[in-house]
Amino acid sequence: MAGKVKWVTDIEKSVLINNFEKRGWVQVTENEDWNFYWMSVQTIRNVFSVETGYRLSDDQIVNHFPNHYELTRKDLMVKNIKRYRKELEKEGSPLAEKDESGKYLYLDFVPVTYMLPADYNLFVEEFRKSPSSTWIMKPCGKAQGKGIFLINKLSQIKKWSRDSKTSSFMTQSTKEAYVISLYINNPLLIGGRKFDLRLYVLVSTYRPLRCYMYKLGFCRFCTVKYTPSTSELDNMFVHLTNVAIQKHGEDYNHIHGGKWTVNNLRLYLESTRGKEVTGKLFDEIHWIIVQSLKAVAPVMNNDKHCFECYGYDIIIDDKLKPWLIEVNASPSLTSSTANDRILKYNLINDTLNIAVPNGEIPDCKWNKSPPREVLGNYEILYDEELAQGDGADRELRSRPGQSLGPKGSRLRDAGRTVLTTWK
Amino acid sequence: MLQEESDLSLIIAQIVQKLKGSNLYAQLERQAWASLQRPEIKLESLKEDIKEFFKISGWEKKLQNAVYSELSVFPLPSHPAAPPEHLKEPLVYMRKAQGSWEKRILKSLNSMCTELSIPLARKRPVGEQKELLNKWNEMGTDEPDLSLFRPVYAPKDFLEVLINLRNPNYENGDSLSFRTHLGLIQVPLKVKDIPELKEFFVELGLTTGQLGIDDSTQVPPELFENEHVRIGQKVLTEQDSAAAQQYIRQGSPTALRAELWALILNISSHPEDILYYEQLKTNVIQHDLLVDSLIYKDVKLTASNDDYYFVFEDYLYQVLLCFSRDTSVLSHFAYNSASPPKSYIRGKLGLEEYAVFYPPNGVIPFHGFSMYVAPLCFLYHEPSKLYQIFREMYVRFFFRLHSISSHPSGIVSLCLLFETLLQTYLPQLFYHLREIGAQPLRISFKWMVRAFSGYLATDQLLLLWDRILGYNSLEILAVLAAAVFAFRAVNLMEVTSLAAAEKCNFILKIAAY
Repeated sequence: MAGKVKWVTDIEKSVLINNFEKRGWVQVTENEDWNFYWMSVQTIRNVFSVETGYRLSDDQIVNHFPNHYELTRKDLMVKNIKRYRKELEKEGSPLAEKDESGKYLYLDFVPVTYMLPADYNLFVEEFRKSPSSTWIMKPCGKAQGKGIFLINKLSQIKKWSRDSKTSSFMTQSTKEAYVISLYINNPLLIGGRKFDLRLYVLVSTYRPLRCYMYKLGFCRFCTVKYTPSTSELDNMFVHLTNVAIQKHGEDYNHIHGGKWTVNNLRLYLESTRGKEVTGKLFDEIHWIIVQSLKAVAPVMNNDKHCFECYGYDIIIDDKLKPWLIEVNASPSLTSSTANDRILKYNLINDTLNIAVPNGEIPDCKWNKSPPREVLGNYEILYDEELAQGDGADRELRSRPGQSLGPKGSRLRDAGRTVLTTWK
Repeated sequence: MLQEESDLSLIIAQIVQKLKGSNLYAQLERQAWASLQRPEIKLESLKEDIKEFFKISGWEKKLQNAVYSELSVFPLPSHPAAPPEHLKEPLVYMRKAQGSWEKRILKSLNSMCTELSIPLARKRPVGEQKELLNKWNEMGTDEPDLSLFRPVYAPKDFLEVLINLRNPNYENGDSLSFRTHLGLIQVPLKVKDIPELKEFFVELGLTTGQLGIDDSTQVPPELFENEHVRIGQKVLTEQDSAAAQQYIRQGSPTALRAELWALILNISSHPEDILYYEQLKTNVIQHDLLVDSLIYKDVKLTASNDDYYFVFEDYLYQVLLCFSRDTSVLSHFAYNSASPPKSYIRGKLGLEEYAVFYPPNGVIPFHGFSMYVAPLCFLYHEPSKLYQIFREMYVRFFFRLHSISSHPSGIVSLCLLFETLLQTYLPQLFYHLREIGAQPLRISFKWMVRAFSGYLATDQLLLLWDRILGYNSLEILAVLAAAVFAFRAVNLMEVTSLAAAEKCNFILKIAAY
């Protein structure tokens, strides 16, 4: 296969461009014959839209699935997960088992969420059950923490009320769909600070599901000490961990950027809480990622020209339970510190090695099964094909939960403890 | 034989004396009285029965641990008629050097004081006290103007002093010979050579399993890891200090480390300890010390910028501010060559009745001091426990890294050990670096002074500190420093300047060995 890969991008980030150039790929424009297009989410909409779309040829690859929003829009993600749970319940799967209070034992990983304005009344019913709770309002289509705010009184979201008498508000807000979720006000704190986890997950195909987890995820810390006190509800520096927000805080540090590696987190938790509970936490995190992907797999357009690298945001509460907050289709490629730059450069590098084998002109008909050596810092999170066929390949250690009942002995763990938890 | 026996009885007498004043003694007494109720204690064999009871109930073990703990810090046997200065430091020239270094530090502190017209100590007004109490858990957000404060000294200043140390009784001669020491340290102290080190660190041999190496993914855990973890758990159940110390020479499993260190350092959290810490906290609230600003500045300059430790910034203040008010730390000066600085109540200069130690714990922090505490935050998140562990680590080990003494774990010996190892086993490298003006000690000094904190990834640092505790010695720091140079020898041979050599070694933090 002679000829160099021709690439296009509409995201001007050095971590991308450096990776293309180091492979000796050739930059072209959108209108020319390209092989690889790293596009923004707006562009992917155009490529696959009914009016402006066009067919991709066999030697063209793009970095998004056409309807990725099934996973990456906050309201659709919740909808799909709820649907998935109900389906499992209907077929009597042990995964859908519930406890005495009706909560799912294994599938309760998204905080209670409602769509507004559609579910307003349902939300009010739930809100009244625990009136001292705090809820977080998030606009469905925005990112980087934009437009998010916390409420603890119904009056604060009056304008989403269907029964609102001031109809002029309605016209403005109907365009803007929001989700409202129960705010996790008991997050695990380290050094008194709230943090969340950003993990990168690469999906090369949804059916069969094949996904990879990047070993070098990180924790994002808030610069201000966490307090659940109601007076600080407006202080976004306390509550939102997005770097885009924290960057503007007075105490933001440009050397470490308020970030910790996942390995640091692991060391800290093992040292202070013990090895078993830490292993269990990480197992659960892998579990919820795989379940979320399985939930959207049936509705996802599994176009063979596509792969996608998602940014998963997870919060851990003080009982060491992980919660899925959201999934990002376009995780930020901006680097806030030197370490960051290195991490994201390597992330793209490893992603390209898996998505575009050997750095040669791609053929989207290939089996999407890269050899182990090219994984780099990725490791296999779940491989449906392997899991279903005999699955005797223990080396890959990627098994679905269905074949083994209880939560503890399922998915592989990242890093060293693979051996111990597996055995 | 007789001499040994009398030495031993002297030591025993001293330890008994020390323990009699401790909490443990009171507890043992209470336990003994309470045990009289028990049916198995008979009047005829009272002594034996009580001893047996202590053995079974675990109190004997506690006593053993306490004695073992005392022995760990006990100064090397000396002549019964030796004056107390000899306990601090037997060599006169070392004592003199330490004394003049202290004078310099004090002068620097006093002049900063005068320049900025800030008192060494002042009582806080009530309003300020309330404010500080509210902010106790987030002192990091307080941004006092620290621009005028400078650290009292930095490790490189201290290095200059060590370089100029000379033994007046030692005549080197001008002619170069194979004995000439090419390094910066020019005092004749005895340091271990490789055969002696091999014997001393026998558990670190290639045929013995180590955590951090033999528990990596490629090695099946049956080979070493599982058994090692099992033994660790057993040691903890037995609560045996000495066994823990032996065990940890091969490294500690992450989940057991916090407890093992507490066992080895003989730290247990009794209500009295928590109360003591609270008392220190009250002292901090009520009085403001000049050293507090130095502590703030140090934390802001070092730990706050560190990838691993920035999260724990607030804990560092909580520990270090209390540490400087802790007068119990003064007792370690009995075996530390340093002496606590004295200050006089205003207007009463020179009058001994008005002398106080300043700061109350006698330890003036220098640039990087907070890095001694930072790694401990990964293990202990309860402030009073964290505090106790740090304090014990300081009075057992860390103080030796910034005082001038002839002790084998003292910084002078460590520097000499490092240089000797390098000169003996990597002479070409040593000579080359010297020629380009990059004396190896200039690079490795700061690593050793900080016990590598901030220069190694935390998981590796903790494995290193495991060995410090296990061998009750800091010599491993010099060995590691020399090993780093050996590891980077090929690259270092190619550098042509000190700056380049530093860069070469900076990758220390990112390299996984």
